[in-house]
Amino acid sequence: MTLEPTRRGASSSVLNVQGLTRRFGGVVALDHLDLELAQGEILGLIGPNGSGKTTFFNVLTGLYTADSGSIRFGGTEITQASPQAIYHAGISRTFQRSRLSLPLSIFDNIMIGNHKRLNQKLWFNLVRRDAFRAEFAASFSQAQALVEVFDPPLAGRMFEPIAGLPMIDRRRIEICRALISEPKLLLLDEPSAGMTHEETAKLMDDILVVRQRLTGLTIIIVEHEMGVIERITDRCIVLNFGRKISEGIFAEIAADRQVQEAYLGLQ
Amino acid sequence: MAAANGGAGSVLPGVTAIALATAFLIVLLRVENQTAIISLLAFGLAAVAVANWFGWLAPVTRSFAERENALDAFAVVAALVVAAVFHEDHFVLLLVCTVLLYIVATLGLNIQFGYAGVLNFAGASFFGIGAYTAAVLNEHTAIPHLLVLLIGGVMAALIGSLLLLPVLRTRGHYAAVVTIAFALLFKTFLEVNDVLGGPQGLQVRSMKILGWSFNDNFQIGGVKLSFYISYFLVSLIILVLAFVLVRRIERSWVGLNLDALRLDETAACCFGLDIVRWKVTAFLLGNFLIGIAGTLFGMVGGFVQPNNYTFADSLILVSILLLGGIGNPWGVVVATVIVVIVPEKLQAIQEYRFLLYAALVMAVLLFRSEGLLPRPVRRYFPGWRP
Repeated sequence: MTLEPTRRGASSSVLNVQGLTRRFGGVVALDHLDLELAQGEILGLIGPNGSGKTTFFNVLTGLYTADSGSIRFGGTEITQASPQAIYHAGISRTFQRSRLSLPLSIFDNIMIGNHKRLNQKLWFNLVRRDAFRAEFAASFSQAQALVEVFDPPLAGRMFEPIAGLPMIDRRRIEICRALISEPKLLLLDEPSAGMTHEETAKLMDDILVVRQRLTGLTIIIVEHEMGVIERITDRCIVLNFGRKISEGIFAEIAADRQVQEAYLGLQ
Repeated sequence: MAAANGGAGSVLPGVTAIALATAFLIVLLRVENQTAIISLLAFGLAAVAVANWFGWLAPVTRSFAERENALDAFAVVAALVVAAVFHEDHFVLLLVCTVLLYIVATLGLNIQFGYAGVLNFAGASFFGIGAYTAAVLNEHTAIPHLLVLLIGGVMAALIGSLLLLPVLRTRGHYAAVVTIAFALLFKTFLEVNDVLGGPQGLQVRSMKILGWSFNDNFQIGGVKLSFYISYFLVSLIILVLAFVLVRRIERSWVGLNLDALRLDETAACCFGLDIVRWKVTAFLLGNFLIGIAGTLFGMVGGFVQPNNYTFADSLILVSILLLGGIGNPWGVVVATVIVVIVPEKLQAIQEYRFLLYAALVMAVLLFRSEGLLPRPVRRYFPGWRP
């Protein structure tokens, strides 16, 4: 039924999930999910609403604890790790409903994602203002260069609050916030929500540009737009009721009878 | 108002605004006749409304944004001018000291609530902890009084840390209720505690620095000065330091962290932010400032009693913050001047001052929910260009 994932040797496996289960009361949101991800791969995660995609992201990033199963990231066990530790290990994400801080500027929002690379000591921040200024200026250039990949005009508005920006720009900033710390694994939760087809296509192109710069960046993308999935993913996993029902390249899962019944609406 | 002619980057609009506000304040403090005070306040309101209508406030805002250091220095000069004008007037100088120290306390609250979003309805209690520290230490020890100020701040932070566990374990309104409970408990504790003077309170010995007693009037060049001038100067120095601290907090990754955890705790922890560490930092720093202000206030007033540090007084601090513009230190300055001075001058409303505060806060929340001076978007180094 499914092909073996495109493995490039055991050592290049970035993420290894085994038997991952999460229940909410009587509902099994994730049911013994197995998943393996090679470095540099783009994995599409699809399935009907409530099939467990976002739950998987939330368990993976430590917001929910797993009831059973294990997650290994780059060879380290992270199943019970805190969201903070998981971020430090190199996983960052976007949220289904954009979770930017609206009153803060573009730059501030991106810097929230840069937490682990900024000096957080009180003395440094409050007293050594010259040193702080240097770090600030360097971070600003980085953030601006990253935004430029997505939208050059936006890079000239770094100190404007998010609240005044349209959805497409908010998505871009959210992705920049996730990318600024140069993670090893990026989780995109429905990046196309609230955008037109053209905007989505542009955003995906930009993500691919960034991926070429950040060598070895691995991506898991949750998406309902099949055009996007077909175009950018190397491989797809289909979830239904928290269970993996199909796995393979897009053409294969699209042809899968079970997937069509569960998701594409064929009887 | 030549303010409208100021170009970009000019200090002129800001200087004009500060000068006019200071002149207005001096007249207001001087006048005693109730009708005159009411007309003056009405005139002040009208002047601000007219200036706003003609767009004269925009250059002032720009001026403050771009020439900050010069204007901050000018504001200190303006405060000195007010003190110089009233150099003999005990009552006015006491009022001015009260304003300065309330600003410091509210700046502390601003770190907690304005940035980190941790509500503290026990501000007056921590203020009181400082004042009681001054009473006890000045009476029974020979610790230098400048050091007593620091100890007062540390005491407020330490006793405040008793609240940390319940505050960290609860969220939002529940954390606020914890602080309200503490405020009520604190007052009751003082009232039944004979060592601390019970309901009658304690005398606080006046401040002495290097043998200089602050409770003596003095002369400079034949001009008699009120002893409150000394307190005024110390208060002003502490205010400047507190202001710089709050500014630096806001304009650093620390301020960004506090904002991030206030606005979206979940997103913040997905980007590595240690929620507990930063909430604790904000709470302790805020209480430290409130405690220092309270310690000096105790020495200025010369007397502490439980009735001065009630839940109602905590609410005044919170209402100053809401009125001025949450997160904006300049808003705190303006709002404190209004909230402390207006009821003191308008004897007619003395009894009704809580009604006035309540009405003011409701009006602000309804019609201008960001406060009188809304907080601008963070610029780490104003005027910085990449």
